[in-house]
Formats: sequence, structure tokens, C-alpha cells
Amino acid sequence: MTAAALEVSNLTASFGGGRLTAVNDISFTVRPGEVLGLVGESGSGKSVTLRSIMRLLPASCSVSGRVNWQGQDILTMTDKQLRAVRGGQISMIFQEPTTALNPVLPVFTQIEENLKAHTDLDRAGRAARARDLMDLVGIPDAARRLREYPHQFSGGMRQRVMIAIALAGNPKLLLADEPTTALDVTIQDQILKLILDLRDELSMGVVLVTHDLGVVAATCDRMAVMYAGRIVETGTVAEVFAQPNHAYTRGLLGSVPHAGTERSMLLSIEGTPPALNRIPPGCAFNPRCDFATDPCRAQVPALQDLSPNRSVACFNRDALVAAGSPLG
Amino acid sequence: MTEIASQSPSPERSRRDRLPRPLILGGAILIASVIVSIFPAVFAPYDPNTFDYNALLQGPSRAHPMGTDNFGRDVLSRVIHAYTIDMQIAIFATVFPFFFGTIIGALVGYAGGIAETLFGRIVDAVITFPFLVLVIAIVSVLGPGLVNMYIAVGVVGWVFYARIIAAEVKVQKRLDYADAGRAMGYTHLRIIFVHLLPNAITPAVVYWMTDMALAILLGSSLGYLGLGAQPPAAEWGVQIADGKNFMATAWWISVFPGLAIVLTGLGFSLTGDGLAEVLRTKR
Repeated sequence: MTAAALEVSNLTASFGGGRLTAVNDISFTVRPGEVLGLVGESGSGKSVTLRSIMRLLPASCSVSGRVNWQGQDILTMTDKQLRAVRGGQISMIFQEPTTALNPVLPVFTQIEENLKAHTDLDRAGRAARARDLMDLVGIPDAARRLREYPHQFSGGMRQRVMIAIALAGNPKLLLADEPTTALDVTIQDQILKLILDLRDELSMGVVLVTHDLGVVAATCDRMAVMYAGRIVETGTVAEVFAQPNHAYTRGLLGSVPHAGTERSMLLSIEGTPPALNRIPPGCAFNPRCDFATDPCRAQVPALQDLSPNRSVACFNRDALVAAGSPLG
Repeated sequence: MTEIASQSPSPERSRRDRLPRPLILGGAILIASVIVSIFPAVFAPYDPNTFDYNALLQGPSRAHPMGTDNFGRDVLSRVIHAYTIDMQIAIFATVFPFFFGTIIGALVGYAGGIAETLFGRIVDAVITFPFLVLVIAIVSVLGPGLVNMYIAVGVVGWVFYARIIAAEVKVQKRLDYADAGRAMGYTHLRIIFVHLLPNAITPAVVYWMTDMALAILLGSSLGYLGLGAQPPAAEWGVQIADGKNFMATAWWISVFPGLAIVLTGLGFSLTGDGLAEVLRTKR
């Protein structure tokens, strides 16, 4: 097992002078060439986590903790160091490729911008590299399409363009913020496959934020489940799917329909995730949890390591394990 | 980039075929105005400043289509020669505010925080005063004349452009593509001027057209008040002022320069409207 490429420790991000904590004391690592899935409902803090790694949050948000990248803490870097990391070593792609591309600049210009920032290629070199990148992300007729504007591309093609821009600086880590949510299912599949192929080809680490467990199962090596700003369970995808150790993970898995098994009722998790200003005392999930006991309402369970790759934050893990996997 | 350009026929031509009518009409007026302003002598039948004491205060006739003024100067020739000064006013009184206002507005809108608060106070201070009064105050300190007028308008006018651009940049900087730019490690200046500004500049360009029409009115107002172009220069405001004592008996001295102002203003306004339409559909 190689050393971690990205090591996030005790990351906390809060808004409104500390009253609203969107991300609460989370730690995780990403190894080179590994795909980590960050899973959770809307508002669980997945996107804020990604954005705080890249320091993209507005100044009104205070971020603490460490984001260790190749021996340096991204959170304390100078602007100049940060610019070299952003786009050069760590790249990010966004949920909505329609808005993440600049509508008034041709695609070539947008790819070239990244090449100007992170390589010292000359004009001809940049043009050649841009064509290579278009080929790499599977956009045919690169020479012609480079001159076109984002509105002339379909949704899936725009996301490919976005990926091409993100890859221009040869990043070692790709942060993907729900890259397929805005796309339809067949295109989703192509984009995920593309990301995996690129991971293999360029041996990048990938952090994939998603609320879609199907996506996680198909693409990720390890996963971390987030609820109300905290990580509640981590593990390899196979382990977590086989035996969820947290009631929330169990609920998530149970609410996904499965083909090929006997017909059964879909489980749903009662209620909605708490608003940031109304997080209940104790385990944030306790009002919605079938397994909740008194300690759950009093104390926040700590994330405990079960094995090097597996950890969970739940007081009633034994009861859960006894109940088995909802995928059964 | 050039080699890529040559490989692909552009599909954008069809859009150019459907220019909005206001733009065609306004553009035609402006192009004609610019041509007249560059070569006034070609179009003017007489010298604009030659007195003809045999033809004082004559009404429109075949020899003088717009009549003559109280010095016997041909009003048509003076209106034509005034294009040179008035088109100059339209451009010079607006291009510097447009330029500096855009830069300042983009920086302020992007930076936010203290810069924005400070800028907001400046905007308040400037727009509390009536524009004309402020410009007159500055001109009277600097002294009358065209160059001082440009300075006065520049000192006040940039605020309006900066306000428009700042508001647009504030919207744009929160969009994903701005975050994407930051996530790619671009410098702030690069994000502001290469990425945000092209998306934010449209309303300022449209306002610029309107502002040129207003600048001509302002130039004429100051000319009328004796603070802009100085007599005997042929300038529409000066001409209107010249004719004000003869309104009852010789209306043509003031009315024809007035119509020239209206026509040119219309040209700018139509161009602005048409431009707004073209730039909007492009998005």
C-alpha cells in the first residue's frame, strides 16, 4: 500500500461565525490511483468538503484542520503555491457542465488557459496538446470542435470538455463534484467509464462526490458516508455493501431497488436530514434511526477504526451487524 | 490557433444575416455621421465662419436650405461642420469613462468587501449631485473649453460604468465557471479580465451607446452655457444659444442644430438597442 496522496484531517468548515457547521471534524485519505466515493444526501457537506480542499469557499466561511498534499498543508499555502496546486496537481470538475464552462469563450481558449497557467508550451504546442486532450476524453473531430462554443456541445460532451480542461495540467488528483448528476443515464455511464479509464491511464487519485450508490458501486474503490457534516462510516465498497455498520448506510442501501432478487418493499429513511442550525444533540441521525438508544441521544459517537480501511461511528453497531445487510 | 481557424468553416454566418433593424438603421445614421464629421468640407456648401452681411437672418431658401444666422453664416454649413466637434465629444467624453469605469468596476465587483463598501459611498456621493451641476462645477474650476469638459465628464462618468460592471461581475464571479477558473489555478486578474469581463461587459457596451447620445446633449448644454466649445466654433449647442434671441423671428438658427442633435442621438440609441439584441441572443 502506497502512501496517501491527499490526507485530510480534522477538517471543519463553518458559516455564519461558527453557528452553522457544514463540515464537522472529518478525516480521510486518498491514495494515488484510488477512487474514493464521498456519499450522502443533499446538504450532508460533501460539496463543501471538496470546495474546502480547494479553498474555493467564500471568505465568510471559516475552515480549520489540515489538508495535507505532498507534505504541504493546502489550507495554509500562499496564493502562489495554491495556484500551482490548483489545476496543476489537483483538478476539479463540477456538477453542472453548462455553467462550469465560460459561455463566451471557445472551447480551445478555455483549454489553452489552463495550459498557459500550468505548462510552458508555445502556441503550436498548446494547440497540439488541446487536440490530444480532446482525443483523450473522446471528443471526435477535435480540430473543428475546439473552435466551437460550449452551447454547441451536448451535456455529456460539455462534461468531457470540462474533464479535458481539468486534465490539461496533468493533475495527480481529480476532485469530481457529482460529475454525472446533470446527465442522463447512458451518458452518465460513459463519463464514469471515461473517468476510470483516465484514472488507469494517468494513475490519478479521484474523489467522487455523489448521492448515487449505483455510481459508487460501479466506480469506487473505497467509500465514505457523510451525514450532517460528519463521516459516519468508511470502508471498501465491497465491505460496506456487504455489511453496513451504520444505520444510515443501511438505510441508504435499503432504499435502492435491486434487480434479480425477490420483490420486496423498498426501505425508506423516515424524515429528512436536519438543517444545519437544528442538528440534534448526540448522534445527528438518532431521530431517524430504528436502532437509536439513550446514549445516541446524549453523545456524539466517535469514528472508530475496525480495520485499517474500515471505520464507523455508531454505538449500536452490534445490533446492526446482527440485523444483516438490507441487500440480503 | 490560426491553423485551427483555417480548418473549419464557421457556422456563424447565418446569425449575421439577421441583424436587428434598429442596428441597421442606427448604424447607417452613425456611419453617415462619422463620414460627415471627417470630411465636413465636402458636404458643406459654404465656409461655416464666413460672414455674409448681404444675407443676414434669411429663411430657408434654395441658396441657404437651412437659412442664415444673424451674421449671415450658412446654418446648413455650420450644422455640417459641427459634426466634427460633436462626434468628437460623443467619443472622447465617453471612451475614458467606459475604459476606466470598466476596469475599476470589474476589480471592485470581484474584490467585494471593503473595496465595494468604499465604492458604494463614492457612487452615492456622485449620484446625489445632479450630473450636469457636478460637471458644470468641475468645468468652472478648470475653465471652459472642450478638453476641460472631457476631464469633467470623465471624473464623474466612470462611476456609472463601474457600477454596471461591478454588479455584473458580482453575479458572474459566483457562477461555476469562475470557481472552475479558480480550481484550475488561474490568477485573479486572469479570471477577472479573461473570463468574467467578456460575460459582464454587454450592458456596459449598450449603456455606452446611450451615453454617447447623452454626451452630445451634455456637450451641447455646456456649449449653450458657454462652458463647452467656444464661439465662433460651429457646435450645435453653441448654435442653439446663438439663435435663442431670434427664436420668434428666425427659428431656423436654433431648430436645425436641434434636429441634428435629435438625429444623432437617435442613431446612437438605435445602435444601442440593436446591439443589446445581438449580444443577448449570443448568450
